[in-house]
Amino acid sequence: MPDQLLFAIEVTLNGLMAGVMYALVALGFVLIFKASGIFNYAQGVMALFAALTLVGIQQGQVPFAHLINATFGTEIHYFGWTVPSLLAIALTVVVMVGLAIAVEKLVLKHLVNQEPIILFMATIGLAYFLEGLGDIMWGADIKRMDVGLPQGLNTVIDDTTFGWFGYGFFIDNLDLIATAIAAGLVLALMIFSQYSREGRALRAVADDHQAALSVGISLQFIWILVWSIAGFVALVAGIMWGTKLGVQFSLSLIALKALPVLMLGGFTSIPGAIVGGLIIGVGEKLFEFLVGPLVGGATENWFAYVLALIFLVFRPQGLFGEKIIERV
Amino acid sequence: MFYREAGDFSTTYQQDSQTFPIKFDRYRYYIVLAVAFGIIPFIINDYWASAVFVPFLIYAIAAMGLNILTGYCGQVSLGTGGFMAVGAYACYKLMTAFPDVSIVLHVLLSGFITAGVGVLFGLPSLRIKGFYLAVATLAAQFFLVWLFNRVGWFYNYSASGQISAPERTVFSIPVTGPNTEAWAKYMICLVFVVVLAWVARNLTRGALGRQWMAIRDMDIAAEIIGVNPLKAKLTAFAVSSFFVGIAGALFFAVYLGAVEVGEVFGIQKSFLVLFMIIIGGLGSIFGSFAGAAFLVLLPVLLKNVLVGGLGWPTDLAAHLELMIVGGLIITFLIAEPHGLAQLWRVAKEKLRLWPFPH
Repeated sequence: MPDQLLFAIEVTLNGLMAGVMYALVALGFVLIFKASGIFNYAQGVMALFAALTLVGIQQGQVPFAHLINATFGTEIHYFGWTVPSLLAIALTVVVMVGLAIAVEKLVLKHLVNQEPIILFMATIGLAYFLEGLGDIMWGADIKRMDVGLPQGLNTVIDDTTFGWFGYGFFIDNLDLIATAIAAGLVLALMIFSQYSREGRALRAVADDHQAALSVGISLQFIWILVWSIAGFVALVAGIMWGTKLGVQFSLSLIALKALPVLMLGGFTSIPGAIVGGLIIGVGEKLFEFLVGPLVGGATENWFAYVLALIFLVFRPQGLFGEKIIERV
Repeated sequence: MFYREAGDFSTTYQQDSQTFPIKFDRYRYYIVLAVAFGIIPFIINDYWASAVFVPFLIYAIAAMGLNILTGYCGQVSLGTGGFMAVGAYACYKLMTAFPDVSIVLHVLLSGFITAGVGVLFGLPSLRIKGFYLAVATLAAQFFLVWLFNRVGWFYNYSASGQISAPERTVFSIPVTGPNTEAWAKYMICLVFVVVLAWVARNLTRGALGRQWMAIRDMDIAAEIIGVNPLKAKLTAFAVSSFFVGIAGALFFAVYLGAVEVGEVFGIQKSFLVLFMIIIGGLGSIFGSFAGAAFLVLLPVLLKNVLVGGLGWPTDLAAHLELMIVGGLIITFLIAEPHGLAQLWRVAKEKLRLWPFPH
């Protein structure tokens, strides 16, 4: 096979993997949007916050150390212990559930019946708040995330493809694991929403708030539940991206990458988030590979948005979104 | 007591439809103008100009622009930073290509160029609505910033990739470049602000403004009663981008002098201007000013209190500022979704009866 084609295949495969990573973030958006009609801009920052908390707990950092030191003139940074990964993850989940409860009690409860755009802006405010909080709690320096996920070249694939084509494909182990985890997560979420009591309640709320209230479903509980799940998804995304790029501010920007994924897939569809992620991932990698060198590179910054924009002009509700019906 | 319309009679139609129908309001407005033109230029120094007044005036223009689009016409845009960049780069190209033409003309022309770009990116708004549109405007934001970063023609192939404003004068007083006096920067921005605020105020209370508001409140219903959505939405995009473009041009030429596009006109700028109009009040010209003042003053104040007063490290203060801004936005949305402008309206209602409420 010609080299160029092999390159293109490799780029496509890597694009698929990157797409899965985008889809992981997009998943959190879809969950909240379906259940409460809120477009949660803070999802990316939640991923950053979760990752920061996980690393902080793992390394036994003292929360607000910088603030305490600055106010009282002390010099404390670490408790002096390290927490095993699984326990740290469990503790972080607890923190994220706490966050979900706080968000419901302090923000959402007071904004019931407001227009969607107001709620959207409230989540932008939340994003700022969490960003500041994460930095103050755990410090703004770049941290290394290590929860024992393998990283680097997958030698099996490399050797096999080398045997077949005489050219080894470079596939990152982490991406493979991310794919497996994303598939598991989607499966679990689908089973949860189809077969469990809470899942049915969740779908009912997504369908019609008032009707759900009238049959005795607690909106408050559903919102806490869905924000907790979104927090958990954010944690998973935070672990994946954090392992890949290090835990730092730019992690919160992956939320922006998830937006075109959502537009493409439709805001209300979980499979849409996955398919949209794959299309965007492959599209931007291939575009960068084929057209990028001609126009000066770094097209990944905008390609996803422009693709989504053009796509939306032809299909305003996205690939799998519910048909938009408008009445006066 | 102090603030009432009693005894304030309109005897002509012109008086009846003037911008400030109440005498007290009118005098307040004249006093503000007199202070802004007659007193501040003489006492302003470099610190006040560059930390408070010039950014406030420029952000007020940008906020007015976004408010026309989002507050009056209901089309949420997250592309303000990108459109400001269009204004800045248009101004730069014009300044370097036609050095003999007045800078005022260049700034206005940059506004028109930005309006054109705005209409182009506003076209999808006819098909896409709500969140989808908000996200679609991000395409403008990222694409434009990338374009100005990568295509050498826009920054005249300068080695650093930056653009920097050469010296230009108005009435032979330098207003751009390193030799500009604080008061000159302030004055040129002030003139633009006053003229543009007047334009915005009169556009929004005229036929066009009512069309925008009809589209905002319910676009299908507006279409049925005869508002042309194509015209209303695209004019909103054009006028809004015109304002934002002028703000971008002034931001680059007068305020900063040199610009690196990714840093200055990034997505953060879009959000900043959006916050200004949320905190100030959607659908209010006064709100644009109030929001701009609030978000320009808040960091200065926090910095002075936290770093200067309490002796905290600057990075800690910056993080705390993020938390405070985020918290304030949420608080505002919960307490008063219509922002500072609504508080001002309520205060005026109270003042009419004060101190004898019965």
